[in-house]
Amino acid sequence: MERRQKYDEMRAADGKVRPHFGPIAEWLAQTPAGRVAEKRREADLLFHRVGITFAVYGDEQGAERLIPFDTIPRIIPKAEWDVLAKGLKQRVDALNRFLHDIYHGQEILKASVVPPDQVLKNAGFQKEMRGVELPNRVYSNIAGIDLVRHSDGKYYVLEDNLRTPSGVSYMIENRKMMMRLFPELFERQTVLPVEHYPALLLETLRASAPPRVRDPVVAVLTPGQYNSAYFEHAFLAQQMGVELVEGADLFTKDNSVYMRTTSGRQRVDVIYRRLDDAFLDPLAFKKDSMLGVPGLFAAYRAGNVALANAVGTGVADDKSTYPYVPEMIRFYLKEEPILANVPTWLCGKPKDLAHVMEHLAELVVKEVQGSGGYGMLVGPSASKAELGAFRKLLKENPRNYIAQPTLSLSTCPTFVKRGFAPRHVDLRPYVLSGKEVKLVPGGLTRVALKEGSLVVNSSQGGGTKDTWVVE
Amino acid sequence: MLSRVADRIYWMSRQIERAENMARILGVTSNMVLFGTKETREQNLLAPLTITDCAERYFEQKKPVTLQGLVDFLALDPDNPSSIYSCLRSARENGHAVRWQITSEMWESLNTTWLEMRRVRRSEIAGAGATKFFDWVKDRSHLFRGVTYGTIMRGDAFNFSRLGTFLERADNTARILDVKYHVHLPSIKDVGGALDHYQWTALLRSVSSFETYQALYRDQVLPINVAQLLILERRMPRSLAACFDQVTQAMERIEGHDRAAKRLASELHARLTNADIEEIFKDGLHEYLTECIADMNELAVRIQRAYLGTELGTAQGRRK
Repeated sequence: MERRQKYDEMRAADGKVRPHFGPIAEWLAQTPAGRVAEKRREADLLFHRVGITFAVYGDEQGAERLIPFDTIPRIIPKAEWDVLAKGLKQRVDALNRFLHDIYHGQEILKASVVPPDQVLKNAGFQKEMRGVELPNRVYSNIAGIDLVRHSDGKYYVLEDNLRTPSGVSYMIENRKMMMRLFPELFERQTVLPVEHYPALLLETLRASAPPRVRDPVVAVLTPGQYNSAYFEHAFLAQQMGVELVEGADLFTKDNSVYMRTTSGRQRVDVIYRRLDDAFLDPLAFKKDSMLGVPGLFAAYRAGNVALANAVGTGVADDKSTYPYVPEMIRFYLKEEPILANVPTWLCGKPKDLAHVMEHLAELVVKEVQGSGGYGMLVGPSASKAELGAFRKLLKENPRNYIAQPTLSLSTCPTFVKRGFAPRHVDLRPYVLSGKEVKLVPGGLTRVALKEGSLVVNSSQGGGTKDTWVVE
Repeated sequence: MLSRVADRIYWMSRQIERAENMARILGVTSNMVLFGTKETREQNLLAPLTITDCAERYFEQKKPVTLQGLVDFLALDPDNPSSIYSCLRSARENGHAVRWQITSEMWESLNTTWLEMRRVRRSEIAGAGATKFFDWVKDRSHLFRGVTYGTIMRGDAFNFSRLGTFLERADNTARILDVKYHVHLPSIKDVGGALDHYQWTALLRSVSSFETYQALYRDQVLPINVAQLLILERRMPRSLAACFDQVTQAMERIEGHDRAAKRLASELHARLTNADIEEIFKDGLHEYLTECIADMNELAVRIQRAYLGTELGTAQGRRK
């Protein structure tokens, strides 16, 4: 991965507008800045009114903010998307096979493709899941795969989110907002739809029910209204027409799960849970969890209820497992990976650690179980003190970290105070696996609103854009 | 409907109604203390505490009973779960928890009320400002009920909201009437002096029924007529009979296999339909009202058990 000039999504290196961005570039040139600013205020107002907000950890309880929405779409030509979609399906397929394998025959460990310690000593490996048979052998029914485009123009997978990836509600709401604010843009180009995501999700969840259930009842399990993604949980439940439940709404009896309703108990067959493994069941995991359902795990193991995603997927989206994904694809599918990985140093390996220590100021260091942009170091923009602090952390607990070269994320035109300017973006498509693997054309584009910043997480001041796959 | 969701909606509606009733009681009290002897003033100041079951808590503070003390405690005290402040806060919290099961207009109304309540300063609701504040509370409650009635789908969310509103209102009307009777011990024929006239008038005003009384009776304010109006008169929307028309309607629409709660609701309804005010007076109004209040309590317990989950949830705020 050589470092060259940044890749801009709209303009090629020679300054020419790429053909799929043509209509938008034209529109940007024609539209007075004032009108666009006005539309943006309108969008903010609408988002507030509808309540599309998220809570920020560490903020005053219940505080709500809007994720800044940028009105210039990120555009992907269909031919390019088709390759991405194929690569994403391939990757998620391999990851699900990997999860099934490590909880059953462990062929990949026996073949020494992945070191046994990497799996068996991993905090995300759930011993209780060994031998549990899951519907369709799928573990991560809903996967969010983070992609970035480097200066070489190629897409790279930055990380796999196989536990409870969030953000898909923004993908849908951003599209609704764009169609409402700028209907004329959709006349200029054919944008492939994403609004059927909740229907696909429901289909996936119903297809993941325990095999003998005829007409499965689905529910969304949320940690509650103070969770940062509560809006999304409520949104998805509402769009799918299923109940949004909290732990206290559910109980188990004879290894089955029921909801408490005003007309008595109702059996639940599939739970789309947006709660981490540790909190699911105080009898099986964290004993002081007030959010979970006592007995849920026993009912799950007995095959009377399906959980999406399955328990124990964390071992596969751990950042120290990530480097082995291309080998998983070769091992299980006998195919070459379509999507590339970012070169990664595992700090738990002495040789890698030495390299990381030496080049710390050029690298990005992440916690293996981290997410949301917390607990990471961006070498090139870190202060001496921050570098020093990370050196200490790395020495104390090297296995807890990985390092990668600082990628130059591609940029996309974005509204800023004065007109528009290029800002760095990433892309998270959502891959659904039930009986088949499906995805809608597009995903969530996150944008770092600060000039030069590479951190796109909403918890760190990032915004979002509508993502268009165009014919 | 999930029991938790029904619970939140039911309590949200009770709390808004409770805030309104508290404002009504305090509004009348602040008017009543403007006249009367020292003794009747004291009686009148005690009435709000008795009606709302807050006397014990109030005296724990070891403060004298003054109007400002009552307003501080019953309107503004964040630690008194029955205060207007606490009711509006709990109602908003309950609304927030079921924001996606109620309409956005309902949520916006609850949220705005709470945000404005938080901005109210103590100095603003002393003296003449008090009436303005109590009127504002009543207005916000009217608005919320109207918005609910005008926007929400006819289903269990609507049913439980109505149930909460009218059960709370019935309880409040019974308590207001009872305290008045308890204080004055009139006989059927007792007309009372000028002062008594003011007190009965004030009571009617506290439940917005002075005009109704005039329209129906065209007579001086007689206790037996007031009792008839507040207990049995279906045309008076705050009477026990009118409230129970709504309660039983809501109960009938709620799906569920419960019998205990539905049976008691229709029993109470039938009793109110067939009652005769002279007979009630003969057996003792206070005894009658005490029984009503106890039965309504029992009904609330059965509703909680049958539909809303047996455990006392967070929905009730910090009330005992």
